[in-house]
Amino acid sequence: MITYLFKRLLEMIPTLVGITLISFFIIHLAPGKPTDVLADLNPKMTPEARERLEKYYGLDKPIHIQYVLWLKRIAKLDFGDSFSTDRRPVWTKIKERLPITILINTLALVLIFIIAIPIGVSSAVRPYSLYDKITTVVVFIGFAIPTFWLALLLMILFGVNLHWLPISGLKSMGYENLSALGKIWDWTQHLILPMTLEAFGGLAGYSRYMRSSMLEVVRQDYITTARAKGLAESKVIYKHALRNALLPVITLLGMSIPGLIGGSVIFENIFSIPGMGQLFYQAVMMRDYPVIMGILTIGAVLTLVGNLLADIGYALADPRIRTR
Amino acid sequence: MFIRNQKLETIKRLFFLYSVIHILLLSFFLSFLFISGCVKIDKGANAVQTANNDTAPAYGDTLVEGTIGEPSILIPMLAGDASSHDVAGLIINGLVKYDKDLTLVGNLADRWDISKDGLAITFHLKKGIKWTDGAEFTADDVMYGFKTIIDEKTPTAYSEDFKQVKKAEVLDKYTFKATYEKPFAPALTTWGNVVVLPKHLLEGKDITKSELGRQPVGMGPYKFVKWTPGQEVVLESNHDYFEGRPYIDRYVYRIIPDPATMFLELKAGNIDWMGLTPIQYTKQTNTAYFEKNFKKYRYPAPAYTYMGFNLCLKREQNTGRCIEKHPWFSDKRVRQAIAYAIDKQEIVDGVLFGLGSPATGSFVPNTWSYNPNVKKYEYNPDKAKQLLTEAGWRDTDGDGILDKDGRPFEFTILTNQGNNVRINTATIIQWRLAQIGIKVKVRTLEWSTFINEFIDKRRFEAVILGWSLGLDPDQYDIWHSSKTKEKEFNFVSYNNPEVDELLEKGRRTFDTDERKKAYFRIQEILADELPYIFLYVPDATPIVHARFKGIEPAPLIGMGYNIHKWYVPKEMQKHKVIP
Repeated sequence: MITYLFKRLLEMIPTLVGITLISFFIIHLAPGKPTDVLADLNPKMTPEARERLEKYYGLDKPIHIQYVLWLKRIAKLDFGDSFSTDRRPVWTKIKERLPITILINTLALVLIFIIAIPIGVSSAVRPYSLYDKITTVVVFIGFAIPTFWLALLLMILFGVNLHWLPISGLKSMGYENLSALGKIWDWTQHLILPMTLEAFGGLAGYSRYMRSSMLEVVRQDYITTARAKGLAESKVIYKHALRNALLPVITLLGMSIPGLIGGSVIFENIFSIPGMGQLFYQAVMMRDYPVIMGILTIGAVLTLVGNLLADIGYALADPRIRTR
Repeated sequence: MFIRNQKLETIKRLFFLYSVIHILLLSFFLSFLFISGCVKIDKGANAVQTANNDTAPAYGDTLVEGTIGEPSILIPMLAGDASSHDVAGLIINGLVKYDKDLTLVGNLADRWDISKDGLAITFHLKKGIKWTDGAEFTADDVMYGFKTIIDEKTPTAYSEDFKQVKKAEVLDKYTFKATYEKPFAPALTTWGNVVVLPKHLLEGKDITKSELGRQPVGMGPYKFVKWTPGQEVVLESNHDYFEGRPYIDRYVYRIIPDPATMFLELKAGNIDWMGLTPIQYTKQTNTAYFEKNFKKYRYPAPAYTYMGFNLCLKREQNTGRCIEKHPWFSDKRVRQAIAYAIDKQEIVDGVLFGLGSPATGSFVPNTWSYNPNVKKYEYNPDKAKQLLTEAGWRDTDGDGILDKDGRPFEFTILTNQGNNVRINTATIIQWRLAQIGIKVKVRTLEWSTFINEFIDKRRFEAVILGWSLGLDPDQYDIWHSSKTKEKEFNFVSYNNPEVDELLEKGRRTFDTDERKKAYFRIQEILADELPYIFLYVPDATPIVHARFKGIEPAPLIGMGYNIHKWYVPKEMQKHKVIP
């Protein structure tokens, strides 16, 4: 097992370098430069000043040299400084947005699992019934409906007309003067709409996955055997079927790990949530190369680690894989 | 078999019930939250109802402004975006500023003298102004700012104006003198807040690494309190402000990236001040609620939108000088014909819902340099056709499109993606030009691609773009024939020796009458030759909560210039600031 792990970890290094190499060249291929924010159509900007700025950011060097310099820095876990006018370290910028992104995504993921697994199982147990059809339609409406549109409708209803919930942002005016409990309450209120929407949109995938996995399992011979030896149906479904059907969910969990630090731009913009999606989008629009590369690298590492964890989890849960 | 099925039924029912209960529980939990959330309804709207006649200025309350963009750095010389300058402008003042009537007046400077030869400006600073950390503001701070802005290592976009300065001197604690190489008329306006830095906090440090960018210290009407990234910047009034303590105690700059969300926040009473789009201004804020709780303002912005033609087909690689003129667009009659075929008022009405005015030239209306008596092109398709015929364009093959020497009159208008006002303008122009036999295609491009690949490389036939203008009339960079190199701003390759000379003259004299004469003449020439078709000047259309009094918007410079005099009468105050 340990040699296996070690091998897998070693294999990750060239993959990671490959990912960063491709990302680095692709973002540099896109037209535009970080200096454009200051320089585009600004009549005060002379060509000399422009050159000076480019030199300042190290953009005058050939691109492969820029990549090597970046790689050297990243090997020391230094993401460098942002190219936006604030010049703050990339890690600081990522760090201040990570907690809220992880919080929202984790809560949403938990919510999705709590709702999606029962929906999937119950509709698999009674396939093609009216219940199955209704849940299918409902989860697919959630999947298909444009989030920004539904978000605006809910904001108008709960925020403007009923005044029940805050519309956007993470805290109210006067948040500082609230008690600890009041602060949590304030946060909760702000998170209800975004969480509900994110969960509604994510239900379809997980519940359908659960449904098909369950359908697959109930058809297996050992389920027939279990029934044949007279086990209670609840035991058949809960103990034998569900546990086996949940195996692919481990893979899903592993694949969700990089998603925890990513965020949807539309979603975060609509609710004014200062998350990773916004940071990445702004960085791309400004051609803020160090920030883009920082986020991509972290994403790539988490994807690879998530894959590995999924494989390990699978091996731990399923004896058939372990022995192989 | 039967038994098993029955059991399966039970299980199904169980699971079904489980799911249903689950969802019920969840929605119960949620609705519980909703209901208990509703206890604290609407704090803002009531305040206005209780208003009585007592509207005397009073200290207190908070002003919340909504903004799409987050500031990036609060040191003006390093900032490039409007949000940063908006906030930094409240914290840090400049030596001079524009007054309500668009004249330049002293701000940190009490007065200034200009030497007879126009080469030297001596600023006499106001005495006793304090940075909010207690240190006194002196000429050394200006000197330090000046040295930093011309320093090669400072990544600033504003150094060029200051590089014209040959010698800068601190004559005494309150006197600063700048001597120029040549007389430079726009010089005075450049001494705004980009060049003022707290020397005592920065000396010996790298300005790009300074924490002042995130926690600035200034001497303006407001001082910095807190910046929550991605959410808000909070300022509070500077009680020692040299023009008097501002009435409004707190100013919150709230970042809401989505315009639709921002409008909902306004409607719910959570923000007090935002800019409206034309459709919001004309159609969505006419309800009784808005009439009662908000006040809308409207004034012309210092900007205009134009359609520019590429006057040159081939350019010299390094100098950008034109070798071969564009066969159609270099003909003045063709440009005039297109101008006659476009109904500017129609664009203003259709695209801006009337919130703007047709533009007549490249200068800002309402300023001293604006010449209203230039050639205007009223909508006149017959005249347009006649001019095109004179220029040799006829529909010889009967396909409805004019042609000359076997080539049909077809061209593409480029504009930037996401700017619907410009795209709609292009569409109206396309329709109008089709009526006189010119086929137009409209293409939209992502901003960076548009600028880097098409404007900078001069790969376009016509573009729709806009200029935001400073209040000084110097437009050397846009029209002078030497400014045609790659990335320079005369990208249409306009070349007129008389205009070159007048531009030079206009920036080399401080005599306003002389300058006025030069710029008036330039406007006459531009209106006749039409290197651009000047389309419209948009209006700025902000909305502010009605409880704020003392707002006196001025054309072009807007409303913020007297923010320290805004106030909310005691009874109407909404937020209590707990110190």
